[in-house]
Amino acid sequence: MGEIVKTDALIVGAGPVGLFAVFELGLLDIKAHVLDILPKAGGQCAELYPEKPIYDIPGFPTITGQGLVDNLMKQIEPFAPTFHYNQMVASLEPIGTAEAPEFRVTTEDGDIYETRVVLVAAGGGSFQPKKPPIAGIDAYENTSVFYAVRKMEQFRGKRVLIVGGGDSALDWALNLQGVAERVTLMHRRDAFRAAPHSVNAMRELVREKRMDFVLGQVTGLKGESGVLSHAIVRGEDGSTFDLACDVMLPFFGLTMKLGPIAQWGLNLHENLIPVDTEKFETNVPGIFAVGDINTYPGKLKLILSGFHEVALAAQKAHRYIFPDKKLTFQYTTSSSSLQKKLGVS
Amino acid sequence: MVQITFIDSTGQSRSVSAEEGSTVMEAALRNSIPGIEAECGGACACATCHVYVDDAWVSKIPPAQPMEEDMLDFAFDVRTGSRLSCQIRVTGETDGLVVSTPERQG
Repeated sequence: MGEIVKTDALIVGAGPVGLFAVFELGLLDIKAHVLDILPKAGGQCAELYPEKPIYDIPGFPTITGQGLVDNLMKQIEPFAPTFHYNQMVASLEPIGTAEAPEFRVTTEDGDIYETRVVLVAAGGGSFQPKKPPIAGIDAYENTSVFYAVRKMEQFRGKRVLIVGGGDSALDWALNLQGVAERVTLMHRRDAFRAAPHSVNAMRELVREKRMDFVLGQVTGLKGESGVLSHAIVRGEDGSTFDLACDVMLPFFGLTMKLGPIAQWGLNLHENLIPVDTEKFETNVPGIFAVGDINTYPGKLKLILSGFHEVALAAQKAHRYIFPDKKLTFQYTTSSSSLQKKLGVS
Repeated sequence: MVQITFIDSTGQSRSVSAEEGSTVMEAALRNSIPGIEAECGGACACATCHVYVDDAWVSKIPPAQPMEEDMLDFAFDVRTGSRLSCQIRVTGETDGLVVSTPERQG
């Protein structure tokens, strides 16, 4: 916080298209910083289907989501992009002109970036925690209900109810055991989509009666002015009972939401950003939208479309950033200057 | 072609024809059935094509595989009959299948 980061290009989203944008910009000497809300690169490929094979990446008869991300990270290494993870862009303010655009971008944590161009490569939007379908849950959020753990200490001495059966639920149940007064893990079935050693560790703690496991689903919450006292639980047998707790941590995976992008002054069409097909630029000069988040006649939401889009967007970005430099089209197979940039000459 | 009926959370019913060998999710997308998002495109990776299979049909379709059960943990408002429609294969046996869509997909 505090210091302003200055960059040529700011890429919003570290999915496959955002990563390949680093490459195409880099070939044109444009330095990039990359922001993502997730704690790692790869976007949907890494978050939704790391193990699933993709069959339509040119040159790869089959490659997994994570495999593609790993390859892209290797491919962009020569351009040494700076990644900023766990960052959500809160606002974007134009500080330049249409001919010489510049933007001040502020994250939710208050970090500030000043950039000549912005490439929005945000896919389906930002990943955000799924909210469980519990009436009135909003009133307890950030006082007694949390979708992420930032500081474990805030739960010291509390009766913590963790709901879910994935890695996040299991990891936090184990981590908070010993910090919280009592940890109760609740899941709708007695099987978990989590690392087996975490599941075993949890079962061991339950056997030793140091942790509780309850089969069921939370259907309601009780408590005064946002302070939780009980969760109303529907058990496996259909019975309903109250479970005393001070804090509830639901971990039901992630969903994608457009988020603050809607407030950036960009034209939107059904949560997508319309662009031209020459430069993939939005209605705001200097802001490009690439990959799944853009729309234009004939758009296909394919990774390969995004790769094409960033190559063309980079050409226009070059004109903004280096208005006096002539851009000659070159091939990586034959251009000694490109090969030098790639570190292979 | 077989018939599949989708009932949305307001009770409105829509019947569509689906090709054998495709999935219930694909039939929903091809016919623009509201309430099915299918963010991951049918990879059993997102739980946004969640449906409730009608009670009369639950035992007539093959049960969920462990991978689908795991993804269902992340679906919205899971009940008996909850399935991911990308994992329900359309066959001659499913002619007349009735599924409901949840109020929202996560």
